[in-house]
Amino acid sequence: MTLDQFLIMRHELLIIIAAVLIVIVELMNSDEHKERVIPFAVMVFLAVTVAGFLPIDTGILFGGMYRTDEITIMMKNALNIGVFIIFLQSAAWLKKHKGTFRSYGAFYFIMLASLTGMQYLISSGDFLMFFIGTELATIPIAALVAMEKARERSGEAGVKLILSAALSSGITLFGISLLYGSSGSIFFSDIARSFAADDLQILALLFVFAGIAFKISIVPFHLWTADVYEGAPVSVTSYLSVISKGAAVFILVFLLYKVFYTVPGIWMNVLYAVSVLTMTIGNLFAIRQQNLKRFLAFSSIAQAGFVLLGIICGTQLGFASVVYFLLIYVFSQLGAFGVVAAISNASGKENIDDYNGLYRTNPKMSLVMMLSLFSLAGIPPVAGFFAKFFLFIAAAREGYYILLLIAVANVTVSLYYYLLVVKAMFINESDDPIAKIENDFYTKAGLAVCTAGILAIGFFGTLFDYINSISYGVK
Amino acid sequence: MNILLWLIFIPLSTVAVLIFCKDRRQYRVTSAFGMGLQLLFSAYLVFRYTEERNAGNAEPMAFMYSYRWFDAFNISFMTGIDAISLSLVVLTSIVAFTGILVSWRMEKLPKEFFISLITLAMGVFGFFITIDLFTMFLFYELAVIPMYLLIGIWGSGRKEYSAMKLTLMLMGASALLLVGILGLYVYSSPDVNILSFSIYDIASADIPLEAQRFFFPLVFVGFGVLGALFPLHTWSPDGHSSAPTAVSMLHAGVLMKMGGYGCLRVAMFLLPEAAKEMAWFFIILTTISIVYGAFGAIVQKDLKYINAYSSVSHCGLVLFAMLMMNQTAVNGSVLQMISHGLMTALFFALIGMIYERTHTRDIRFMGGLMKIMPFLGVCYMIAGFASLGLPGLSGFVAEMNVFVGAFMHTDKFHRTATIIAVASIVITAVYILRVVGTLLLGPLRDGHEFETGDARWYERWANILLIASIAAIGIAPLWLSDALIRSIQPIIQKLQ
Repeated sequence: MTLDQFLIMRHELLIIIAAVLIVIVELMNSDEHKERVIPFAVMVFLAVTVAGFLPIDTGILFGGMYRTDEITIMMKNALNIGVFIIFLQSAAWLKKHKGTFRSYGAFYFIMLASLTGMQYLISSGDFLMFFIGTELATIPIAALVAMEKARERSGEAGVKLILSAALSSGITLFGISLLYGSSGSIFFSDIARSFAADDLQILALLFVFAGIAFKISIVPFHLWTADVYEGAPVSVTSYLSVISKGAAVFILVFLLYKVFYTVPGIWMNVLYAVSVLTMTIGNLFAIRQQNLKRFLAFSSIAQAGFVLLGIICGTQLGFASVVYFLLIYVFSQLGAFGVVAAISNASGKENIDDYNGLYRTNPKMSLVMMLSLFSLAGIPPVAGFFAKFFLFIAAAREGYYILLLIAVANVTVSLYYYLLVVKAMFINESDDPIAKIENDFYTKAGLAVCTAGILAIGFFGTLFDYINSISYGVK
Repeated sequence: MNILLWLIFIPLSTVAVLIFCKDRRQYRVTSAFGMGLQLLFSAYLVFRYTEERNAGNAEPMAFMYSYRWFDAFNISFMTGIDAISLSLVVLTSIVAFTGILVSWRMEKLPKEFFISLITLAMGVFGFFITIDLFTMFLFYELAVIPMYLLIGIWGSGRKEYSAMKLTLMLMGASALLLVGILGLYVYSSPDVNILSFSIYDIASADIPLEAQRFFFPLVFVGFGVLGALFPLHTWSPDGHSSAPTAVSMLHAGVLMKMGGYGCLRVAMFLLPEAAKEMAWFFIILTTISIVYGAFGAIVQKDLKYINAYSSVSHCGLVLFAMLMMNQTAVNGSVLQMISHGLMTALFFALIGMIYERTHTRDIRFMGGLMKIMPFLGVCYMIAGFASLGLPGLSGFVAEMNVFVGAFMHTDKFHRTATIIAVASIVITAVYILRVVGTLLLGPLRDGHEFETGDARWYERWANILLIASIAAIGIAPLWLSDALIRSIQPIIQKLQ
């Protein structure tokens, strides 16, 4: 293996280097000056994100264990952007906990470790890499969820996450073992070739699917989501709901389109059912939430239901709209979480009622929140509209009109609860509104990036065309 | 730059300038300037359009423009205009400009108010000039969403309830519409690689009857809700009565016309076979709309509710007429859209002005207003006469065409429906004359300290502009309806 080949893994290698550098810089600074690591981490990761866009070869490594193609690289870049925004948004939270956190570097290191896991996961070429990637992605996150040690709910959420992750790993492993037993290989390409669709293999497919479904929090595997999202610090919640979910959706599409493509009828039916369930249940629960983190948790479950719509199509356009949706979802969801994080840091308030009259005191943040929520709801002219519209076109082209009717009904329901938040901020009056918040530079930059993404992405048709040109359908 | 794009660009830059304005004076001057420019520009557009037609351009749409947007789905941003959409554009610019004038004294969050209002108007302009379903849908939603904030923040009464109800019903309708237009897209061509959202591509496609049967109700109801189709009209009285004056004007005057226009241009034009087959059902619904709305207006006591129900009735007439599917009736339908847009805007403007002086909208507490505000009183009477179809005003021209066209059908079903619908004229006369009688004439009520003082200059201009347009259509309807007929013909041809 030459160095050139090795550099195919540039994304992962850069992240590992960045993580190590951050730890070194932290060690060089004394405890009193540990906040110096924040600008360093942000700068380093900005460099990593930008470097991700430089041209790079695609190919296969380690005899097929690791593979990349253009769409995978696109997805890695999207994940990098998401983590970069999270780094910006977490600065204020880290500073606030200066007394309790012994080390800031730990936060960055753990998050980057998990991100490396995600990137290996979506680049995996066999089930071994797939499994290692999943574990590397999940276990560090449990530590981050429990990072606010002083808060009981944070610890509780950490335990809940690690337990449910262990369960889902067990389920996935069982599925993998069945696949290995029936086909004699763990390589995706071998399994795809020998997939005979007998009962055992279909059972294996369902187990693998269930394992991934935990990560995406598809109904009925969503039960851990709300509690963990609520208990975790906001920055970690946004990581879970955007990065973790995005990577899992991507690998799900890859597995279905490249490995289990011989039996589309089976997984399409399964996805059809869970898509309807996920949209509907996510929405109905979101209506009743008061805590914004739980609210966004359930709304993100509903969003996952819409993504499945694109996966069901099994076409190139379906895949492209899924990736496009995920990319826009990064900006919209992080925009909403950014505002929640800023307000939670400054005032400790996280309920919708607390947001009453927010526009009077914090007009800019209210606008960002409104745009993000509109983007999540799919209201033009913000990017979310295009994302949802394209998912729906892709589904319509395959003739799923009934599913579409269910989906658009759900869009209307989701609009209701998004409008409830808008109503709280703009219409409701409050005797005790949240005081004017002075955000630091990082938070402002994070929100600005999200807003720019939400406003601009939809209008650039070439981006979607590019994604479409590098994606593929069921073989 | 294509001439039509200015219609979007002018409001957009007005909004951009508003963001940097500092005080109320600047907001309103900027908004009035922007919308005034838009009004002048649409007048210029009328001139250019006539010139184009006289030069022998017989294309269905003038000033066509197409910008390739998303290659993968073959989505283009396409604009074009014919007499129908042009007259609605002019209507919109008149109502938007007068809407700014009547909001001259907006106290609460004026910047946000004008930005939302102009964004809404921009959505409407965009809707009328696009000829591809994707952008049309985009502008449709863009016009509906600011409504929520406009009613929720600046409204009165049960504003939160009304705003939510209106937004959810209209967005629910747009959800149905979305499935409908996706269906049209899928059937726009037998070759999956060149599916298109362009109205003229879809019009030349051969959509199988089963598909039409499935999609026609989705599209027609999707647009019909915005056009206050019974029984899905319930958002309209609540929404109109809670909204601030300018928003009621724009909403009843213009937004509801988007529903009628969409039904005609998309549902009927693109799915003609199903339209013919299912027309009977919707004729029944619209007949109910017409009569029910008129009866509803009789029993209301709040001026805005009276006018909102009368809008249900008049907009029912728009849909009723187009379902008759002949040239005279469809011509009447478009004329009715314009006429109703103008007079309902005038009504809501006047109600807002009266309310500002009397602090009540309940007709039981008002009387003899003619004595203290003669200008507004006379304007109200003119609006009332236009509404009940007095010859010489626009309402007469429109309703005449509608009913003559409807009566051309000789079968029992259409005749019965037409006779029932005609009866609404009488009911309209009842509620209009009742309001005029108690509100304007009669003794001045005591016990209320009405702010005396007649219309201010900006209010006068708003009213005069609207009344002049109503009278212009009423006195010289032919040049308008001649232009309209040329544009209606392609639609009628598909329906026969």
